[in-house]
Amino acid sequence: MAPAFCAICKTQRALIRRPKNHQKLCKSCFIQIFEDEVHHTITSSQLFSPGERIAIGASGGKDSTVLASVLKTLNEKHKYGVDLVLLSIDEGIKGYRDDSLETVKRNALQYEMPLKIVGYDELYGWTMDQVVETIGKKGNCTYCGVFRRQALDRGAKMLGIKHVVTGHNADDVAETILMNLLRGDLARLSRSTSIVTGSNASEVKRSKPLKYAYEKEIVLYAHHKKLDYFTTECIYSPEAFRGSARSLIKNLERVRPSAILDVVRSGEDMARLVPGQTPDACGCRIKEATVPKAVEEDSVGGCGSANGRAGGGEMAVMEKELRQNEAAEAEGLETEIPVGKMHQSKRESKQLDTPAKPGNVSLPIIPKQKLGTCERCGYMSSQKLCQACMLLEGLNKNRPEISI
Amino acid sequence: MNNDAEQMTTEGTPKETPGVAQEVPKIELVVEFSGGLEMLFSDQRRHSLSMPATDQDGKPVTIASLIDHLCRHTMRDQRTELFVLDGHLRPGILVLINDADWELEGEEAYEVQSGDNILFVSTLHGG
Repeated sequence: MAPAFCAICKTQRALIRRPKNHQKLCKSCFIQIFEDEVHHTITSSQLFSPGERIAIGASGGKDSTVLASVLKTLNEKHKYGVDLVLLSIDEGIKGYRDDSLETVKRNALQYEMPLKIVGYDELYGWTMDQVVETIGKKGNCTYCGVFRRQALDRGAKMLGIKHVVTGHNADDVAETILMNLLRGDLARLSRSTSIVTGSNASEVKRSKPLKYAYEKEIVLYAHHKKLDYFTTECIYSPEAFRGSARSLIKNLERVRPSAILDVVRSGEDMARLVPGQTPDACGCRIKEATVPKAVEEDSVGGCGSANGRAGGGEMAVMEKELRQNEAAEAEGLETEIPVGKMHQSKRESKQLDTPAKPGNVSLPIIPKQKLGTCERCGYMSSQKLCQACMLLEGLNKNRPEISI
Repeated sequence: MNNDAEQMTTEGTPKETPGVAQEVPKIELVVEFSGGLEMLFSDQRRHSLSMPATDQDGKPVTIASLIDHLCRHTMRDQRTELFVLDGHLRPGILVLINDADWELEGEEAYEVQSGDNILFVSTLHGG
């Protein structure tokens, strides 16, 4: 095959074929356009404001490494005037996080950014290794996801930072949209499409500047810029590789590469049809779009690996289990969801002493959440105890001997 | 199978001496794995290999036959389905042929040349 030339500069050999439009680009034009598009996302959604301090949730993996690299480049080039810090979570998994934290430490030097590492042990008194020792491998991703989400917020608080950016990409978002669509959970689907999350009540906002970036292009960007990132599969989620929504997305991409962004756009359009939800889309698609916010408390799956991306539904099941004080007995999580949710809302109405529910809620829309704070730890929560404290309660009950 | 693979990676040029009619000419390539695929290939990123320039039917080696060769001779892990699904490279694995996206080069039909660098990158792993 004769080498193709770059569609932009017309002089260099094309090395990349863009999934979204099949455009053939050379290395430097690709790097340029990738950065320009992230810049477009940031400016059209007004993600940053000058003087803002921003924590980059950094795992050492491809997405957060690319995010850190691109944000550093853009901040210098376009003079955002933001102060970037790397924030890493140490889940306490020997042989997994150790190596990736080493990568983050190198990134901190490479990008000249301060690095803060917060550990589950200091925050919760439990490492993931200890959690797994207690409850087994099944269902541990739920714990890890809940803990991580709060850990990022708490880490940011320790640093006095009010904005955390994460490396979620278009594939991740499309995956979450599909999962929620397949579950019939439009409320969560709606929230998962937002580029900015974090309610007004929460002190830390979250955003996803790579929301429109293809995973493929993120990997190619990292490759062509020779970024230093770490790849590993969490040792506690051996099935992660088979995440079914993920395979579905990748299979669709193979046949029709634009499918990923199409799913993201469909998700955004569907989100606008969900009552009580704020619309979200790339700022240039809807002119009147203000920076939208949604309650993050239980949206996108917390785990960096494919398995955790399964999203919040597992959590509903887990909560139900916890209340029944059988946290360790995980059933087939996915299929149990509708049951779990029904139980949950029934129970909630009793527990929380909320005013009588208007009729029977037949739609799987979560009742309007009352935002308060967890009475134990003060973290934002719509219930008496936040999810982390609820999980911890179950764990501490099961902690062998150590109590007293 | 182990011995076979050893040969493939250690075998140098000596057998290419012309005049030995039976010998199939060999091609030398560098195959690299990253993004988590290393774990299927002895945790080693870079593999130099030498393989027959034509397949059993006498056709030039393509990426498709290279993938087959890698599964038979280089992979040290039982889980071939993490690399190949339904007879094709698993979706979500990128291939760069001399740094160019294989989609620009004809994908599986690309005829491998001696000296090529073929990189397989998984996008499927978390961070």
